[in-house]
Amino acid sequence: MTIAEPSYLEYQGRHKGLAGWIFSTDHKRIGVLYLISILTFFSVGVLIGVVMRLKMLWPGEHLYSAAAYNAFFTVHGVIQIFLFIIPGIPAAFGNFILPLQIGAKDVAFPRLNLLSWWVYVAGALLALTALFSGNGPPDTGWSFYVPYSLRTNTNVTLAVFAAFILGFSSILTGLNFITTIHRMRCPGMSWFRMPLFTWSLYATAWIQILATPILAITLILVMAERILNLGLFDPGRGGDPLLYQHLFWIYSHPAVYIMILPAMGVVSEVIPTFCRKNIYGYKAIAFSSLAIAFVGYLVWGHHMFTSGMSGTARMVFSLLTFLVAIPSGVKVFNWIATMYKGSIKLEPPMLFALTFIFLFSIGGLTGLLNGALATDVNVHETYYVVGHFHYTMFGGTGMGFFAALLYWFPKMTGKMYNKRMIVVAWAHIFVGFNLLYFTMMIMGWLGMPRRYYSYPPEYHTYHVVATVGSWLLAAGIFMFLGAFIVALKKGQPAPANPWGAATLEWQTPSPPPVENFHEIPTVTGGPYEFKEGHPA
Amino acid sequence: MSTPTAHEYHPDATGSKIGMWLFLFTELLLFGGMFLLYAVYRAKNPADFHYASLNLDTKVGAINTGILLTSSLTMALAIGMLERRNRKASLWFLLITIGFGVWFLINKYLEWSHKFHHGIWPGSEELTGRTSGENLFYALYFLMTGLHGIHVIAGLVVLGVMVWTVWRPHQRALPLTALTADARAGAVSVTVEYNEDATLDQQKLIRLENAGLYWHLVDVIWIFLFPLFYLIS
Repeated sequence: MTIAEPSYLEYQGRHKGLAGWIFSTDHKRIGVLYLISILTFFSVGVLIGVVMRLKMLWPGEHLYSAAAYNAFFTVHGVIQIFLFIIPGIPAAFGNFILPLQIGAKDVAFPRLNLLSWWVYVAGALLALTALFSGNGPPDTGWSFYVPYSLRTNTNVTLAVFAAFILGFSSILTGLNFITTIHRMRCPGMSWFRMPLFTWSLYATAWIQILATPILAITLILVMAERILNLGLFDPGRGGDPLLYQHLFWIYSHPAVYIMILPAMGVVSEVIPTFCRKNIYGYKAIAFSSLAIAFVGYLVWGHHMFTSGMSGTARMVFSLLTFLVAIPSGVKVFNWIATMYKGSIKLEPPMLFALTFIFLFSIGGLTGLLNGALATDVNVHETYYVVGHFHYTMFGGTGMGFFAALLYWFPKMTGKMYNKRMIVVAWAHIFVGFNLLYFTMMIMGWLGMPRRYYSYPPEYHTYHVVATVGSWLLAAGIFMFLGAFIVALKKGQPAPANPWGAATLEWQTPSPPPVENFHEIPTVTGGPYEFKEGHPA
Repeated sequence: MSTPTAHEYHPDATGSKIGMWLFLFTELLLFGGMFLLYAVYRAKNPADFHYASLNLDTKVGAINTGILLTSSLTMALAIGMLERRNRKASLWFLLITIGFGVWFLINKYLEWSHKFHHGIWPGSEELTGRTSGENLFYALYFLMTGLHGIHVIAGLVVLGVMVWTVWRPHQRALPLTALTADARAGAVSVTVEYNEDATLDQQKLIRLENAGLYWHLVDVIWIFLFPLFYLIS
């Protein structure tokens, strides 16, 4: 009865072997390409983080120089932000899952999609070149603040150019997704029948389009200043370095929502599936994504409370910052309301989704102290900010990424991983994470400044605890990733719908055929409708 | 099962337009960042900006504005001619548009060399001797018209590709499997009415229209640059 259609993994197109992957315009193969590249860079970023923590075991000069430490935190930031967390969920899972979720055969512009991966790789290679050529890796921090970024002799120009190129990739993905969602939904897939992951990608794509060009021009300005010496940010020549900070954060604050929104989308998928229950407040969650995208565009000034702004400006930015917490709160409460009286199955994706809620809530609530003017002055530029940021970005987006990997891995590969290995890895990650970043927040509260190479002896115990946490965390991460490599080799075959989920991507075989569906589906109801524990 | 070409094939004209408009939107925002810098620095140094602007040649600026506006007209005509299945006229108008673009760049080159000749370039001795407001004005002038110039060059490359696209006589006909697969996808209403010629022109037209949109954007940005630098004195 079933037609023996080859899966996208077996399909032999114009090109064979490796070329069949890197020249494929199939959104599924591109998603996998992104996933592999992103995880590779993520692992490198993790290792650099471990090396940084290692130095902090003892105060004073040892292991490597202060200049090397500056380079490490810059490179760690650039890799984790531009190569892992910004493309992260949209480029890897968005590419793979979005067309499946809306019942489409592919994205709107398949060739542009492939181009965006190539641009990503080109940007990544340039970034790596920047590390090993010229006068050494950039040492400015990932934010490239002027005037230092204009004065340092290190390889800033090339690194900035790499980030500029990566921005292009991000824009192309965003543009592709918006068009896809507008034009490619299958019959019956109305806007309010779209899965919430798709909604979150839609909101994300808009931020990518609205914010990334500002980063592009800011980076162009840094390059132009370094090469042509225009003096636009030089107070001696009438320029204003604060304008750089404004331009930079006009992009980089919305960018944190590029990072977090898709992860929230993943959680909104996972929770109803493992509670066997329709999501509570579907529309509220969908609209809160758009609200975050919109309000998130107007809060960049909270990065500059201590940089010099008028009192009015600071109060307005502070107020808006508090406002943007509301839609995030809406989501968290709706997820919890979904679980209420649900038939909760604590499978690995659910475990990580719950971890997301726990860690992200800590990250979100500690963020309010940064948003408040009086407390921010005290904790600004301390480890507190670093701890808070990692709670939201790693505890939030990182855990969302892991949950997505656990949730969709069987769909992508047709293989099931060893759940026990995942739980062991999770325990390491969870304990290590909190040891590392909560200790950082305490240190910051006590006054430990970020980016310092050494510290007074009274912080020693805290630094030791944090460093030990970093070992546990890194061990957990590599165990976690290892479980997937084992699964690829020895995993049991996964059925089409291993989790009993209701959205469209589970109605096609695992792994899906080239054309995604044997027959284009017609949708008649909402995405999370369950009847007696089964998809309705 | 369908062929790989079927996978890439999408005759969705509206979809292509949406994609192009979104891209243009990002371009506007790119310049938006610089307009922001301009607004701040001009508000801080109104007198210096006024004085520096006096030294720009309004005549050359006006001629360049005329050139770009006319080129937008010829671009629209190229699209209109292709719509009427007149490939030859479309090609001619495209070539004229490219000619205008090149003319614009030549004027720009002469204008810049004139400034260099008078010792005015970012960080030059002549300029550092002047007020900081003038320095900022020229920094922005070279930066913004320079970036616009790069966009003109990019536009010319796109138009060059379009010449080839329009000139190319016949494309390979689409395999029937592609049409049925797409019809199956429900994303497009491909029916048997598709005859080979109509498909060809449709594809070319979408591309030419999108190239036209880009060219108009290059024009529109100049429309803002011209008064901001040349007419504020």
